[in-house]
Amino acid sequence: MSNLDFIATTIDGFHHNPKNLLQILITIQAHLHQIDDVAVAAVASALHLSPNQVVAVIDFYSFLHRHHRGRYEILISDSITDRMLGNQALLQQFCQRLQITPETPRSDLQVSIAPTSCSGFCDEGPAVLINGVALSQLTGERVATICDFIEANTPMDAWPDSLFEHREQIHQRGLLLNLPAPQGEVLNPFFTENQDHCDETAATATIAQLERAALRGRGGAGFHTALKWRLCREAVIARQQQGEHSRAVVICNADEGEPGTFKDRILLVHQAEALIEGMTLCAATVGAEEGFIYLRGEYRYLLPQLTQLLEKRRQAGLLGRQIKGKTFSFDITIHLGAGAYICGEESALIESLEGKQGIPRIRPPFPVSRGYLGQPTVVDNVETFIAAAAIAIKGDAWFNAVGTEKSRGSKLLSISGDCSLPGVYEFPFGITVTEVLRAAGADEKLLGVQVGGPSGTFITPDEFLRTIAFEDLSTGGSFIIFNEKRNLFEIVQNFTHFFAHESCGFCTPCRVGTTLLQRQFDKICDGHGNHDDLTTLQEIAQICKSASHCGLGQTAANPILTTLQRFPVSYQHQLCTNAFEPCFNLDFSLAVTRQLSQRDDADAHLSQQGGASA
Amino acid sequence: MSAQIEIDNQTIPFTAGQTIMQAAAAAGIYIPHLCHHPDLPAHGSCKLCTVSVNGRNMASCTTPAEAGQQIGNQTPALQSLRLRLIQMLFIEGNHLCPTCEKSGHCRLQATAYDLGMLDSHFPHFYRQHGVDSSHPDLLLDRNRCIYCSLCVRASRDLDGKGCFVMSGRGINKSLAINSPSGQLGDSAISANDRAVSICPTGALLPKQQGFTTPIGKRHFDTHLIRDEV
Ligand SMILES: Cc1cc2nc3c(=O)[nH]c(=O)nc-3n(C[C@H](O)[C@H](O)[C@H](O)COP(=O)(O)O)c2cc1C
Ligand code: SF4
Ligand code: FES
Repeated sequence: MSNLDFIATTIDGFHHNPKNLLQILITIQAHLHQIDDVAVAAVASALHLSPNQVVAVIDFYSFLHRHHRGRYEILISDSITDRMLGNQALLQQFCQRLQITPETPRSDLQVSIAPTSCSGFCDEGPAVLINGVALSQLTGERVATICDFIEANTPMDAWPDSLFEHREQIHQRGLLLNLPAPQGEVLNPFFTENQDHCDETAATATIAQLERAALRGRGGAGFHTALKWRLCREAVIARQQQGEHSRAVVICNADEGEPGTFKDRILLVHQAEALIEGMTLCAATVGAEEGFIYLRGEYRYLLPQLTQLLEKRRQAGLLGRQIKGKTFSFDITIHLGAGAYICGEESALIESLEGKQGIPRIRPPFPVSRGYLGQPTVVDNVETFIAAAAIAIKGDAWFNAVGTEKSRGSKLLSISGDCSLPGVYEFPFGITVTEVLRAAGADEKLLGVQVGGPSGTFITPDEFLRTIAFEDLSTGGSFIIFNEKRNLFEIVQNFTHFFAHESCGFCTPCRVGTTLLQRQFDKICDGHGNHDDLTTLQEIAQICKSASHCGLGQTAANPILTTLQRFPVSYQHQLCTNAFEPCFNLDFSLAVTRQLSQRDDADAHLSQQGGASA
Repeated sequence: MSAQIEIDNQTIPFTAGQTIMQAAAAAGIYIPHLCHHPDLPAHGSCKLCTVSVNGRNMASCTTPAEAGQQIGNQTPALQSLRLRLIQMLFIEGNHLCPTCEKSGHCRLQATAYDLGMLDSHFPHFYRQHGVDSSHPDLLLDRNRCIYCSLCVRASRDLDGKGCFVMSGRGINKSLAINSPSGQLGDSAISANDRAVSICPTGALLPKQQGFTTPIGKRHFDTHLIRDEV
């Protein structure tokens, strides 16, 4: 099939719908390893868009490219935990064996390599994505094997299965992980014997039950789930009363982009039926026919099994048209992300589902009143939907009995870093950090723990009696442990670079601020920061926090702010004593000249006065 | 309580559906802004219009007015936040006012004056941006673009052409043109489009003219931007 035929067939497969633009582009990228001008023109004309509208979407997502990437495209996960597990040495090994440099495809276009944001395998890193498929537990030996396959042009289907196996480690199960896979029972109250459509009282009863269970969103923000579902349902009813044909939309946020989080991936493997059941329960409650799972691109390897499961449930009459033989219809489509952390923010996620760049919307209106295509929309985290299904099956008292006054139920944690048993744990809310550390086998002396990922808080040993709960350490589930030998500045630097890379660029404080933070922090890390630089760093941090449009910019400075508060002396030691330090690094600025003149001797380097490392 | 809000202790009325920016403008109160324009839907990206609403910072151009809101506007804290934000816009682009034809007519420059900006405070990015001179009557100098999207919205909503689109992510954001070549020359834009005149900076300028008004008589030599509420 010619490239243009492939593009045409792909667009046909996606029904010529511009809402599927991102999905079309992902498919083209995977097949042709690029979306060149010819492809852009073909897609644009088929969807009645201008070429630059297509380009704007390509340029927004890290996994889409207008220039050819390697036929084997290697993306090496660059989370702090991958670094701690030695990903830099493996990157070098790849580069040497394959004769490539990062970001530049080899001249024969056979292979390319580049770093990528945390891929969600922190407990079994270092990880890479090769042509979109995740490989974990990388070792020097495995890298050598992979390089051989690439050089021999062996198709990935023919690589041994063992290369693609993930440990998917669960060390502690609780309410959700022990739940047997539900088979449609949550819908029972909605359909009485002789009733053909969704029972109204069952919908209000479901909301009341969630309210008694006091379920709060598991994606990080902790919004009350019952309230979200009720607002959505009321928005649909209000519109219908005005004579509009309004249907709600149910979206599962499986974008899981916060570095250090991988519990949603484990849930998608082990509790996908409960997730689908929870989404169906939500649909019956709020009045939806259409549902989406927004699956982060890094988890594409899960797509076949999830698609299969949806089909199985359709066959069983639990999904699709006329569920359980009644007039209730609800179906779920899986959409893939393409490398953009911001698409985890619910309104950016909706934009992305509509085929656009993932830029957070202005709020109000909130998704519950105007979400996907303007319809009332519920966006919930994977764990939240599963908890909702569990509550419907086991009752609110069962759920409510676990946890604390303000945080009911259990929380899944993704534990990684310096411990002997990294993996997923389900604990009752209210557990102390000390207990978590004990369970995970973190018995070294520690520097601290990053709770809630880079956007969360860095805590030190004297805070280990604090608890995992909305009222204390609120977290989406990321829990990264650092022993006392770890370098604080490397950690904060990795996180700060992450935010600058992931800023969507919509608003000034985050677009410019995260890059300024990155440069300012690097300057201090390199030993060229003085006291004034630290003041400026804090000032930029405050601007990001107080003026940004969305949670990304508002929390981008948290790694700096939370460590500055706890390690003022370490920061002071990192400063040089000069009254003035230029913002440029003389020696670094000469790098290009050295490259051009092919010199790297002592005379080709300039030392700068005063800098701690000069 | 009737439909009233308080801005810097001054009570002003609003009508349902108005944003804080709109209510303030109707009452003759200036809130600094760059990406907002009364003829277009709010965008909320520059954040210069940040005010404190009951103690929380919000963009006034996108926040609906609600009865009883206590709003801080010309407070020292907000003015210094706005100063830093506009300095961010200056160091991100390459704004060489003395050589720019828009000098004296430029809303970025006038707003910077209003905020008392005397230096750029942050280190300049010195990034390279292209100039597009393919159009016979217009020049696009991306060095001066502040990503306010006013041209994008005006071309789409007021001119009915949709000549522009914001492309890229993060600090690599850039203004792209909807035309077969990606250049201004073969786009549908013309010199008297609103998209051109709405540009607050010198990024989009008419050709064949420049520096037509002598210094001292230019628009913002004789007007303060805060008087143009
Ligand atoms: C930058 C950013 C990234 C986010 N990423 C995720 C994510 O990956 N998964 C998630 O469930 N929520 C994420 N959220 C939170 C969502 O916006 C939203 O609150 C959540 O999906 C609501 O679901 P819940 O109420 O079930 O937690 C993110 C928010 C921000 C600001
Ligand atoms: S805070 Fe950052 S990510 Fe959020 S809208 Fe602004 S630029 Fe985009
Ligand atoms: S004027 Fe309100 S954000 Fe720009």
